[in-house]
Amino acid sequence: MSRPALEMRSITKTFPGVTALSEVSLTVRAGEIHAICGENGAGKSTLMKVLSGVHPHGSYEGEILFDGEPVAFRDIRASERHGIVIIHQELALIPRLSIAENIFLGNERRGRRGFVDWNGTLREASRLLGRVGLPDNPQTPISDIGVGKQQLVEIAKALSKEVKLLILDEPTAALNDEDSAKLLGLIRELREQGIACIIISHKLTEIREVADSVTILRDGRTIETLTVRETAGADPELSEERIIRGMVGRDLDHRFPERTRYEGERGTALTVSGWTVRHPVDHQRTVVDDVSLTVRRGEIVGIAGLMGAGRTELAMSVFGRSYGKYVAGHVEVNGRPVVTRTVPEAVAAGIAYVTEDRKTYGLNLIDTINRNISLASLPGMARRGIVDEHHERRVSERYRASMNIKAPTVFEQVGRLSGGNQQKVVLSKWIHADPEVLILDEPTRGIDVGAKSEIYGVIDKLAAEGKAVLLISSELPELLGMCDRIYTMAEGRLTGETDRAEATQETLMRRMTRQTENRG
Amino acid sequence: MRTTATPPKDTTSPSGTQPPLQVLTRSVRTNMRQYGMLIALVFIVVLFQVWTDGTLLLPNNVSNLIQQNGYILILAIGMMIVIISGHIDLSVGSLVAFVGAMSAVMMVKHDMPWVLALVLSLLIGAAAGAWQGYFIAYLGIPSFIVTLAGMLLFRGLTQIVLGGQSLSPFPEGFQKIAKGFIPEMGPYTQYHNPTLLIGLATVVFLLLREWRDRKRQLAYELEVLPAGLWAAKCVAMTAAVVAFTLTLASFHGVPVVMLIMCALLLGLGYVMRNAVVGRHVYALGGNKAAAMLSGVKDKKVTFLVFVNMGVLAALAGCVYAARLNAGTPQAGLNFELEAIAAAFIGGASMSGGVGTVMGAVIGGLVLGVLNNGMSLVGIGTDYQQVIKGLVLLAAVGFDVWNKRKAGA
Repeated sequence: MSRPALEMRSITKTFPGVTALSEVSLTVRAGEIHAICGENGAGKSTLMKVLSGVHPHGSYEGEILFDGEPVAFRDIRASERHGIVIIHQELALIPRLSIAENIFLGNERRGRRGFVDWNGTLREASRLLGRVGLPDNPQTPISDIGVGKQQLVEIAKALSKEVKLLILDEPTAALNDEDSAKLLGLIRELREQGIACIIISHKLTEIREVADSVTILRDGRTIETLTVRETAGADPELSEERIIRGMVGRDLDHRFPERTRYEGERGTALTVSGWTVRHPVDHQRTVVDDVSLTVRRGEIVGIAGLMGAGRTELAMSVFGRSYGKYVAGHVEVNGRPVVTRTVPEAVAAGIAYVTEDRKTYGLNLIDTINRNISLASLPGMARRGIVDEHHERRVSERYRASMNIKAPTVFEQVGRLSGGNQQKVVLSKWIHADPEVLILDEPTRGIDVGAKSEIYGVIDKLAAEGKAVLLISSELPELLGMCDRIYTMAEGRLTGETDRAEATQETLMRRMTRQTENRG
Repeated sequence: MRTTATPPKDTTSPSGTQPPLQVLTRSVRTNMRQYGMLIALVFIVVLFQVWTDGTLLLPNNVSNLIQQNGYILILAIGMMIVIISGHIDLSVGSLVAFVGAMSAVMMVKHDMPWVLALVLSLLIGAAAGAWQGYFIAYLGIPSFIVTLAGMLLFRGLTQIVLGGQSLSPFPEGFQKIAKGFIPEMGPYTQYHNPTLLIGLATVVFLLLREWRDRKRQLAYELEVLPAGLWAAKCVAMTAAVVAFTLTLASFHGVPVVMLIMCALLLGLGYVMRNAVVGRHVYALGGNKAAAMLSGVKDKKVTFLVFVNMGVLAALAGCVYAARLNAGTPQAGLNFELEAIAAAFIGGASMSGGVGTVMGAVIGGLVLGVLNNGMSLVGIGTDYQQVIKGLVLLAAVGFDVWNKRKAGA
């Protein structure tokens, strides 16, 4: 193996209240393709932000050596000057500008008087497009070409900056198989030209195909770095097993409540069948593909899946078609078919959805606790259109006490509460709407351990009262600790259903990383 | 105006015993924008009262002030609700002119009874609001664009309807909307009797409400003002209402416009605070996505907000036409800007979700007293514009600064 092109030594990065990276080390050799694997929230993106200067030098501890020299980047431009270019999952192209304009955006080729040299721009753009194998006219607007080609334009843009180390964050997440294969082929070609590449991916087959080595992160720490040839041996299945074990080896602790049994009748509360949804903008892309599932009364059912698996999209589209373009599928609540075309219809049918993004979709941050709790059930608190404020106050005081929302009064502005308390407010809102089925999307994301276990207690209590709970989570221990059954999703499809007794982190992760071609 | 009608609802203080002063300052801080503007309003009134050697608060000038600003206050109330919902309406000035013109055509050209014409005018306003609301709520065209188009459209229609001419005169009854007072009754007492009764009723109403609120807050173990301060507040409120009542009663009494204003202030204030639809307006302005995911019918609510604005613009149009005693093509010029300024001075936020109907009235009064006071002391309209611009900037700037300091 050649000498290291990049060395990141014991990088530690903390945000207020959280340690995102703890003593992470990463060595990328010159001219290799290096994959980074890890669960959601393992610290992959943060590490790349440190490397590319998004988190500037001084905001983290540890050191970075590039080509043997210590480097300290103030911003993205500084890292790009050294030839480190990052391509984000959400492409940073301007739709209405042409391919050529996008390639040289912020880096325009200038003529003698400082104006843009259009001839030079187009000539150079054509040459770069040739290198990435894109035959299109450089004057085509970005909005006229597909996502696969846009990805190639991003790489051409990187090449225009004399890239030495290319970082790709989930490059094939939005691509079909053909475009993915093309892209991976290009990355291999670039390797031949001496360009090193870091690729963040959930797709283990893909990593096995292109990567020379893999670094596994978990909970902000480096677990191990494997050379793919070393892990592969004769059996590819074995190497995937090895990576999965590294990704999931998280401790199962005992912060989950002993599940209280629901004694009532255990009929099916929620049935979703053949649910299919397309992307809201790109109608060619199927985001949720023929998903069917059931949840019984008193049952907690988990949905596991990595980023982009379509879990939130499934939940939001069932909840009043709040996401994407509905294509097909039926919903039944308590055995009766229901229409959930709008949110009020879904609520009336007895479905509640607690969002994963409470600040954007869950709360009115500038309003008070009591008004946030009452928002979904105002008509029930009103007589002839006038809200009974005393009733509203009594209700919210009750939740403040029972959910242990830490605030002096229910008139506190929600934006001033901590994440855990905000989450309790969102939960209170939907519990008070008294649904049959609660879909909880990442209910413990970004909140502290104490609040987490309180929320687990609340979920257990809901199930014990006979509610059906669908729990979406990226934390496998959480799913294993709380659920009766766990569905796994990958690329918009269900890839398995596992009973609590049989489920392990390994079996789940295997199903979460399963790809189309080797789906059983 | 009864600017004292907002009880300081302390919303953020932890319960427990605390020094009264601390309670007071925190209560003031949490309602800073509204208190700040109330204090500013009092300051401006005192300033011009001294500067004009007492002319500002002479009974006839107070009546005049109310009648001069009635239509702007009506617009400001509607505009406040539009801004709370996260939108803007640039068309209200033109709509004032258009409805004024239509009312003139109905009454002057076709001799329609004025009550019928008034009702039809309000319906025209509702239709205009529904027209704009449809594009904004159901087709998703930004309100800035739709109402900018409306601004041109209604101004043009006004000129078409009037043929470039002014139409007058209006029937007596119609003119009374803007210029009239409630009629005198009973024995001669030096004061206007019905006004005295209204003033007395207002005092009783306010004190009862204060007492009831305090009792409820105590029952819920919420923090209340210390008894001494509360008593002082009640006395101050009573004194303000009595002084104001006597001022009006020693002239012609309560102007009709003021009755309309008070009805709107109480009615729409109550709707925005206590009705489901009002809550939905705040929720939509505060976080549209979250409101929609909580089952708020965003399209319907937005539509209603613009219908309401249309009706209020029509009402303002009638009041203005009645005051001028003519429907003219140039009526209502720049009224939309005055109304928007009043709403922002009175505590609205550009991003929506914040503000009160009371705030709009206070903001409108700040502008109105400035206008009137500066005219009385002979400041030219050129400098008046400069000063009003600076006041708007200062009011919003102060709010931004205060919020940043509070770290909210």
